[in-house]
Order: sequence, then C-alpha cells, then structure tokens
Amino acid sequence: MMEHVPIAHVLMVTSTMFFIGAYGFLTRRNLVTMLIGVELMLNAVNINFVIFDRYVYPDQIEGHFFALFIIAIAAAEAAVAIAIFINLYRNIRSIDVEEVDKMKY
Amino acid sequence: MATSAIIFYTIAGIMIIFSLLAVTSRRILRAAVYLLFALAGTAALYFMLDYQFLAAVQLIVYAGGIVVLIIFSILLTTHINEKLEKPAWGKVFITATLVLGGLMLTLFVLTNHEFVLGTEPTAEATVSVIGERLLGYQAGGYVLPFEVISILLLAAMIGAIVIAKRNSTKS
Amino acid sequence: MSYVLLILALPLSVFVVNGLLSGNLPHRLAGWLATGSMGIATVLAWLTAYNYFFQSSSYEKIIPFRITWLRFTETLQIDMGILLDPISVMMLVVITTISLMVFLYSMGYMQGEKGFVRYFSFLSLFSFSMLGLVVATNLFQLYMFWELVGVSSYLLIGYCYDKPEAVAAAKKAFIVTRFADFGFLVGILLLSYYTGTFDFTEITNPENAAVAGMTGISFMGLSVLTWALILIFMGGAGKSAMFPLHIWLPDAMEGPTPVSALIHAATMVVAGVFLVARMFPVFSFHAPEALDAVAFIGAFTLLFAAIIACTQTDIKRILAFSTMSQIGYMMLALGVSGYGSEGLGFTASMFHLFTHAFFKALLFLGAGSIIHALHKNDIREMGNLRKHQPVTHIVFLIACLAIAGIPPFAGFFSKDEILSAAFASNPIYFGVAALAAALTAFYMFRLYFLVFWNNERTYEHTPHESPVIMLIPMIVLAIGSVFAGFIPFGNFVSSDNQPLHTHLNVTIAIISVMVALLGITVAWIFYKKESSLSEQLSNTFGALYHAAVQKFFIDELYLFITKKIIFNLISRPIAWFDKHIIDAFMDFTATVTNWVSKEIKGLQSGQLQHYAYIFLSGVLLIVLVMIFTNT
Repeated sequence: MMEHVPIAHVLMVTSTMFFIGAYGFLTRRNLVTMLIGVELMLNAVNINFVIFDRYVYPDQIEGHFFALFIIAIAAAEAAVAIAIFINLYRNIRSIDVEEVDKMKY
Repeated sequence: MATSAIIFYTIAGIMIIFSLLAVTSRRILRAAVYLLFALAGTAALYFMLDYQFLAAVQLIVYAGGIVVLIIFSILLTTHINEKLEKPAWGKVFITATLVLGGLMLTLFVLTNHEFVLGTEPTAEATVSVIGERLLGYQAGGYVLPFEVISILLLAAMIGAIVIAKRNSTKS
Repeated sequence: MSYVLLILALPLSVFVVNGLLSGNLPHRLAGWLATGSMGIATVLAWLTAYNYFFQSSSYEKIIPFRITWLRFTETLQIDMGILLDPISVMMLVVITTISLMVFLYSMGYMQGEKGFVRYFSFLSLFSFSMLGLVVATNLFQLYMFWELVGVSSYLLIGYCYDKPEAVAAAKKAFIVTRFADFGFLVGILLLSYYTGTFDFTEITNPENAAVAGMTGISFMGLSVLTWALILIFMGGAGKSAMFPLHIWLPDAMEGPTPVSALIHAATMVVAGVFLVARMFPVFSFHAPEALDAVAFIGAFTLLFAAIIACTQTDIKRILAFSTMSQIGYMMLALGVSGYGSEGLGFTASMFHLFTHAFFKALLFLGAGSIIHALHKNDIREMGNLRKHQPVTHIVFLIACLAIAGIPPFAGFFSKDEILSAAFASNPIYFGVAALAAALTAFYMFRLYFLVFWNNERTYEHTPHESPVIMLIPMIVLAIGSVFAGFIPFGNFVSSDNQPLHTHLNVTIAIISVMVALLGITVAWIFYKKESSLSEQLSNTFGALYHAAVQKFFIDELYLFITKKIIFNLISRPIAWFDKHIIDAFMDFTATVTNWVSKEIKGLQSGQLQHYAYIFLSGVLLIVLVMIFTNT
C-alpha cells in the first residue's frame, strides 16, 4: 500500500518522533512523563526496523521480528520502571527527577 | 497523489502532533492519552505496511498494556487536577537547540542518501508464518530469542513485584 | 620394564593420601600404608636391578617411559621420563632399601609423636622426589626433582615447627641449597643454550658436536662448557654440603633422627655426587679443569670436615661432619677419575656411595636409638651404654668398623678403591685421603668409646634397649654394612658401562688399615677410660682446637658477609632508594589523583538529565565527525 511514499519521508517522520521523545525526556521533571518520552523514542526506532525491512528487503520479515521482540522488551522495561517509580514515591513522596540524586559521588 | 499517500501523510501528521502534545502538555493524564494516539498512529502505519499481526500486537501491548500501566502510575503518584510546572526557559532553549540540531543532522543525512530499495516480491507475514518462524529452530528460526524473552518477561514481572511491594518491616 | 613407574607412583600416592587425610587417619594405618608401599617399591627396585644387571649382557641406557612435557623448539624440549642405566638402577636400590629401613624404624621412633601422619607423608614425598631425581632423563627433570627434594628436606628438618632452632635450621638449609641451585640453574641454561637440548643421552654422548663446540668459546680463561659444569657442580656442592656451602648440614640435624639417616646421610646429600656422576662423560672429555675443581673441593672438604668432627660433642653433629667428609671422598674419587679403563675413581665413588649409604644410615639409626633412650645428644653425658643397649652397641660397632675401613667390612673395599684412584692421580690427594682415613677412624671410635664404654653416668631413668621394630632395620643395615663390600662393583657400575675389573691393591690396603688402626688405637687410649689425655692434647693444639670446635668460623664468616657487607652496603641504600624515591613517586601520583578527583567530582551531579544531555550531545558530535570525515 505504500508504493507511493518514498522511504525518506517515512524516515523523516520517525526521526522527528524520536527527537520529540528526546525533548520530552530532557525537559520533563516528572518521571512518568519522562517515561512517555522514552516510549516515543522506542516506538520511532521500532518503526524504522519495519520500514527498512519493507523497503530494502521486501522478501524477508526479519525486521518485523525485531520489532516484535522490542515491543516485548519495552513492556518489560515499562513494568520495571513503573515499579521503581511507585517505590520511589512511597519512600520520598515525590517522583521528581531532580530530587533523585542520592547516588552522586 | 494516490490515496495511500494521502492516508500516510495524515497518519504521519497525527503521530507528530500527538507526540508533540504528549511531551509538552502540562496535564499529565492528558499527556498519557496523547501518547496513546501516537502509538495508535504507529499501529495504523503497520497496517498500511501489511503487518496486521504486528499492528495488533502494537495496539494490545502498547495501547492496552503500557499506556494503561502509565495511567495507573499517574493515578497512584499525582493528583488529577495538578498541573505540571512549566520547565525553565533556559532548559527549554538548550534542549530545543540540541534536539533541533540533531533532527537537522538526521534530515540532512536522509535527504542526501540514496536508498537502494529491494525489488523482490513482498513476503507474506501471516500469523502461521510468524508462528512457525518464532518457534522454528532451523535456519531463520527465532526459538532461542523467543525463550530468552520469555525468561526476561518473567524476571521483569518478578522484579516489578519485588520492587513495588510494600516493605514488610514498615507498618 | 614399565613397572619402574610404579616405584615412583607408590610413594607419591602415599604422600597424597597421607597428606590429604592427615587429620583423620589412625597413626598405625598411615605408618603401615607408607611402609608397605615402600616395601613394594623396594621389591620392584630389586627386581629392576635383577632384570637390568643379570638378564642382559650389556648395560645400555634404557628409557622405559617418556612423555614430552614442554616443547620449546625443534630440539629443545623438556621431557618427563625414566632413564635406567647402572648408576640410576643402583641408586633406585639404595634409596628404596634405605627408605624402607627408615620407614620401619620411624614406626617405632616416632610412635605417639604429634604429626605422625604428616611425618610419613613428607617422608614419602621425599622418597618420591629422590627416586624421580635419579631416574631423570634430562637435566631439567633432574632440576625439578632436585628442588622437590630440597622442599621435602626443608619440611622434614622443620618437622618440629614449634621449636625455633628447627625452624631456623630448615630455613638455613633451604636458603643455602637454594643459593647453590641458582648456580645450578644458570649452568643448566648455559649448557642448554649452547647445545639446544636437556637430554642426558645427547649431552653425555662423547661425539656430540654441540657439546664439543662449547669448549671453543672461552670466557675469562676457561671455556664456556667448563663454566657451565662448574656452575652445575655448585648446585651439587650445595646439596652435598661441600665446602663452602656445607654450613646447613650440621644444623639440619635438628630434624628427627630417622630423617637425618635417610636424607642427610644416605640419599639426598649424595645427590651432588650423583649429579657429577651423571654428567661425568662431559666432565671427563671436555672439561678436565672442572673435574680438577671437583677433586680439589672434595679433598678439601674431606679433611676439613674430618678435623671438625674430631672436636664436636653432639652425637648427630659428629655424624653430620663425618657425612660431609665421606662425601668428600666420593667427590675426590670422581675428580681424579678417568674414563673407560681409567675409570677406577668413578666406580670407587659409586661403590663408596653404595656402602656409605648402609653404614651411615646405620650410624644414624644407632644414634637415634641412643637418643630415643636418653633424650639427649651430648656424648659427654653418655657412657657405658653397652650394658644397657647391647644390640645397638653391636650394630654401632659394626658401622664404626665399616666407616673406619677395617676389613672385611664394606667401607674397607670402597675406601681402598678410592685411595688407589687418588694414589694413581696425585700423591697429595692420596696423602689427604689417608690422613682423613686416620681421622675418620679416630673420631668414630672417640664417639664409640665415649658412648658405649667410659664411665657409667647418672641417667634420669635407666636407658633401655629400643623396641624390636627399631632394631630390625638396624640389624638389616648391619648385615648390609658387613657384606656390601664383597659385591664386585666394577662389573656393574663403571664410567663407560663396560665391566671394569678392580682388584685389591695390597700396598694401599695395608696402609689404609694401618692408619685406621692407628686412629682407633689413639681413640682407645684417650677415651676408653676417663682420662685427661684428650684435654692435654686439645690444650697443645689450643688455637687449632678452638677453631675446629667453632667449625673454623665459617658460619660467622657467612654472617659477617651477609649482615655487615650485603645488608649494610647494598641493601640499606637500596631500601633508602625504595622508600624515598620510588615510594615518594607513588605517593605523588596518589596525591595528584586524589586532588584531581576532588576537583572534578562535581561533574557527577546525580542529575539524570545532565547525563542525558551529555550523552546526546556526545552522540551527535560523533555522528557529525563521522559524516564529515567519511563523505
């Protein structure tokens, strides 16, 4: 269905999405919103795998499997991250990233 | 312009706009919902690429799983009405410069690079093919990563429970 | 003849078993395990000797077992193997037999001691190493077993590790022999560097061009080969307690007496003699100067140790100096020997090694029997023991007669051959050897008369005869000391493995018996009854006597050199340099590191987003560099 869209355009969309995610990760102070940024970045990369698979090696579906596994790992990562946030919140009553600096030097 | 192209650019626009909203919105619950739209746009993209199974997984795991998890954690850790404070101007400025610079660099590379596209007939990604590949142990089979991922998920599950568990020594 | 491997394997396995289970094994079981294994090894060794000497007419070098252990180059490799030739077979018999006797004796002597199992484990380790040493196929294997022997000697001297003198003696023995082994190692490396091999069969082959080629390269007036051999002999001199590396042997008597009998009398200390004998063709063909050095050192030690032995009062130290003196005989005989039909000295040396093992082990076991009964070592506090220990008295007398060289005891025959060889070479050596023979007879019978005759002393409790298990080995060795001399030794062991027909040289025999009898008579006059004659004599020779009692101040000389010269003039400046220059440099780097880390620790803000900024900028920078340098 995507014959009429050049690969470069799709990649531009994903890179934009990636850098928007990076922006979110760098500016937000709430850890949950930082996690949203991370998810965006991860998603952008995931799309890239699929796109390269479809455009450059259409006879294979390896990129698709990469995407599948990344989704699984993202799910695991999100679960652990949120468990950490909840524990953090319970301990210091805050999930502000700037207050989590106990482990410096 | 073909219909598919129009559909793609629409989806792309939705994805980028909602991504932007997700990282800038000051209401945290809304941010999570905007993320959900961005992820759903990705699923639509997968549908367009004829990867129905992957699209379904994207919807179920991301939209159904991760976003719900995020929303739960938001509900547990913040007040619904609370607005996030605005990030400092200096911080926004530096970050925007850095991010835009990176984006420019990437776009520069993308526009200047000649992609060699494959011309072979497109491979079918039906559920049966995916299933056989995922559990195949011959060449091209993914049974080992599949099992490793299973263990990783199990470990993450146990880890999440252990970390989030209320400390038993505290009342 | 692959069962020879078993002779080595048995003591090794006993060492492992006893060593690992030392806490859990009953004493009797551990003792009989070690003794039984040694018994089997002894039977196998005698079987080997029978097969080797009587089942084949020519005494070729046989290698029944060999594996390559380390390969360096095409020719240079280290093997582990077993080499059988007349001297190694003879040594196998001697070591296993004496070991068996000592093991048996120790069962009685060490009964009830703390660390009984450990003792047998170390003793087995020693037997294994010594057997491995004599059957070594190459210099490097010999060197390794040589060090193993040194270690087990160290362990056994320091057996009573809660006694400070024993610990000091063990350290002294180890350090002195280790110092000598350094020379040995350098010698081995020199030799292998030029010949490209460690293998005895190749090195001792008289036609070997590489060895002969070494004589052409000269260094400080002597050929490189001579230097290598002198260095190798240095190792041998250390192990065999030759002057001036002898200082450890008298102190080594701190070990249990059976250990002294086995290690410091019969087997380990003759390793140096064995080494020279092993390398004898090289010495004889290519480096007569090195052989002269062997002869000189041997003769000097012979007389030197005999003089000291006359003045000592500790029963074991007398025997220790006697051992040094007898090994001096062996070295002298090797040094004056020729090759082939001229090789009387070689045969005599090996013969004396063989007979000496019997009577010297017997002397030590007898001394052990006395010490076991009296719990003291000083012969001035002994006397009239023949009433209390009749069996010990008889066997001790046999051993004394054998070492003094009275016919028909074993020592007479071997000493006669040595005297003949010395006479044929150089009358001075003959004179030294004959004088030492008289001194030997004198000091042995001084010991004998003082201990077994003289006046009755007051003992804390009445001395008793030793248990049967200690008497049996002594009786067996006494039989050996009587009859070993009748073996036609030249038929079996000679420098070129061809039978050498030796005959009794009557003139020399008469002279040697005369001087021995003279020595005995003097001792009889002086010491049979308590008399003041000996004191008058020692007063006459005042300075000499005093010097001999103090062992000619060699220990003090060593202490002077190490403490005053090496420590003060070399070690202290080096220590200062280490403390003030090297340590200061290290301190400086540490201080700088400390300061820098204090200054830059602010970079570790703990703020996650700072790290992310730096990370992202870094990635972008690297990408930028990659893009604009590659395209």
